[in-house]
Amino acid sequence: MKLNMVKALNLALRQEMERDRDVLVLGEDVGVDGGVFRVTEDLQRRFGSQRVIDSPLAEAAIIGASVGMALYGLKPVCEIQFSGFAFQCFHQIENHAARYRQRSQGRFHCAMVVRMPYGGGVRALEHHSESEEQFYAHIPGLKMVIPSGPRNARALLVSAIRDPDPVIFFEAKGLYHAAREEVPDDPEMMPLGRAQIVREGRDLTLISYGAMLRVAREAADTLAQEDGAEAEVIDLLTVAPLDRATLAASVQKTGRAVIIHEAPQSFGPGAEIAASIMERAFLSLEAPIKRVAAYDVPFVGFARERATVPDVPRVLAAARETLAF
Amino acid sequence: MPRTPLEPRFTIEHLSILDSDGNLDTALEPDLPADELKRLYRAMLLGRRLDERMVRLQRQGRIGTFAPIKGQEASQLGSVSTLRPTDWMVPSFRETAAMIWRGWPIDKLLLFFAGFLEGGQPAPAQHDLGITIPVATQLPHAVGLAYAAQYRGEDAVVMAFFGDGATSEGDFHEAANFAGVWHVPVVFVCQNNQWAISVPLKKQTHSRTIAQKALAYGFPGIQVDGNDVLAVHAASREAVERARAGGGPTLIECVTYRLGVHTTADDPTKYRTDEEVAEWARKDPLTRFTEYLRKKNLLEDGLEAQVDAEIAEAIRRFEATPPPDPLAIFAHAYAELPPDVAAQRRELAERLQAPPPRRADEEHPPAPPMRGQRMTRR
Repeated sequence: MKLNMVKALNLALRQEMERDRDVLVLGEDVGVDGGVFRVTEDLQRRFGSQRVIDSPLAEAAIIGASVGMALYGLKPVCEIQFSGFAFQCFHQIENHAARYRQRSQGRFHCAMVVRMPYGGGVRALEHHSESEEQFYAHIPGLKMVIPSGPRNARALLVSAIRDPDPVIFFEAKGLYHAAREEVPDDPEMMPLGRAQIVREGRDLTLISYGAMLRVAREAADTLAQEDGAEAEVIDLLTVAPLDRATLAASVQKTGRAVIIHEAPQSFGPGAEIAASIMERAFLSLEAPIKRVAAYDVPFVGFARERATVPDVPRVLAAARETLAF
Repeated sequence: MPRTPLEPRFTIEHLSILDSDGNLDTALEPDLPADELKRLYRAMLLGRRLDERMVRLQRQGRIGTFAPIKGQEASQLGSVSTLRPTDWMVPSFRETAAMIWRGWPIDKLLLFFAGFLEGGQPAPAQHDLGITIPVATQLPHAVGLAYAAQYRGEDAVVMAFFGDGATSEGDFHEAANFAGVWHVPVVFVCQNNQWAISVPLKKQTHSRTIAQKALAYGFPGIQVDGNDVLAVHAASREAVERARAGGGPTLIECVTYRLGVHTTADDPTKYRTDEEVAEWARKDPLTRFTEYLRKKNLLEDGLEAQVDAEIAEAIRRFEATPPPDPLAIFAHAYAELPPDVAAQRRELAERLQAPPPRRADEEHPPAPPMRGQRMTRR
């Protein structure tokens, strides 16, 4: 059936909860309200308020209690209403969820998923539009997953829920209702840590994920039409662990790379991706790797958001500079 | 409209059964069998002797920094002794005596404080979390464990430990609030030892008691003389039974005192007086309990020597630990190592195989580059 990303994520949650009684959902407004973006809609009616918990408004205890549930053997899928509020539970993620397996030398682990809407493009106030994947991608012990469409969102969420380690799962708000896609009824999984080549090309590699993938694809189409250049487009799907082999193989073929992300540029995922390509494909490079990312300024207000969030013209300019180098 | 007082009016009780002068409230005295009293005493004595021994081990460089418990034995053992093995204990970082009661081998704890993560690994069936260092962050875990037990229909109770300083942390308040709202079987045991490193209780909170903070979250709080093992035991038993019966959480404030340093890296003479320490030393939980048992004729001859021998044996086992295998750092980082981390593991493995590297420039130091000379191949 054709579903948007909200419905696709909802399907993943519903089917996983039907499959495994240890899976439960908690967060602010996830029950009666079905989540502010409706991702958990109808789950409380189906599974009861003990399994779909409208928690008090406190991020640290949502994650902290989920850690406790996971240590007991449950599989909590918690929702932080906006990724901008996750700094109030960052310590629970970094100090505990990511470390418990190591700290207890395998006696305990935190099989849990932290879902968070992230990113701009929805004309929202501060803390409702930012992109913070780099913080989680940097933490050993965590996986950082960002789908780019309904079908892979559903498959990746199923994989995340079944993963034995904690997974931070970012959902681009701009993609929630952006498109509908055929999503199979039967549960489908996608391996975490594996990128996908969504468009093949020989002249240049565009690397992106989440909401920026659309920008990368549009830029690739324009390059083909206007410049006769065939860009390969890679959808990371998992930011960490990074699929370094796929990135290197692509750049070994194309010799050029542009990385596009919505997070601020400095020390962002683009830096790690560029370093990885340098380490594995240095002798294939025909041009410096370029990054197109948000500028290194704090939140700018949505009236000026387009000045900093990468768009197609910026990607095109970077790609052409790279091609002409 | 007039102002109307809301019911119920809140009250906080203070419980003391055996005071520092040895006076006993026989009406409140818990009905503990002789064996249980002897077991508690032995655990308190062991806690004290081990603590003193560990300070010396640290000074000798045989273990690293740790947080001594001296003076808090009654708070820890009076409470933890009311748990069943199937219940859960959630420690912070100053619960050596309670952890040993729960079955942590002494040599394993020493291993932990010598920097080995193996020392923090609970046994497979042990229902204890490991030592948690960021203050108060373990309290939401206790609430989650209790929720999970309730969700699974199991009657386990969770007991979580923390100090007076922790009650200023957001995680304490969030955990207490969740516990109240979810009505889960958690017993919060605050060891109010008067000092959070150098900050005294009066600078930590303006509340008259810590126990009263429970009332804000809709569950009972009680203050007990934390140096009175009978009072701690009585209050804890009541709280654990209530939790198990579905009565929800309780906060127990054990008023005690850290007779020693915050950690072995701390110098308390900078912030508190010898007179204050001496005043609390008079209220020592161990002295008081010793006298209680003496009157009951339950003191065993040679117990100190027995306990010391047990500690010495554990130290021998600890010191027989083989040197750490560096490769073990990768063993439990993930369920399955991601390819890039697996590559890092291979790199370390190769480094460990290789003979110690000789610096290439040891015998023939390279000539300094000439101006303009390229340092790279290309």
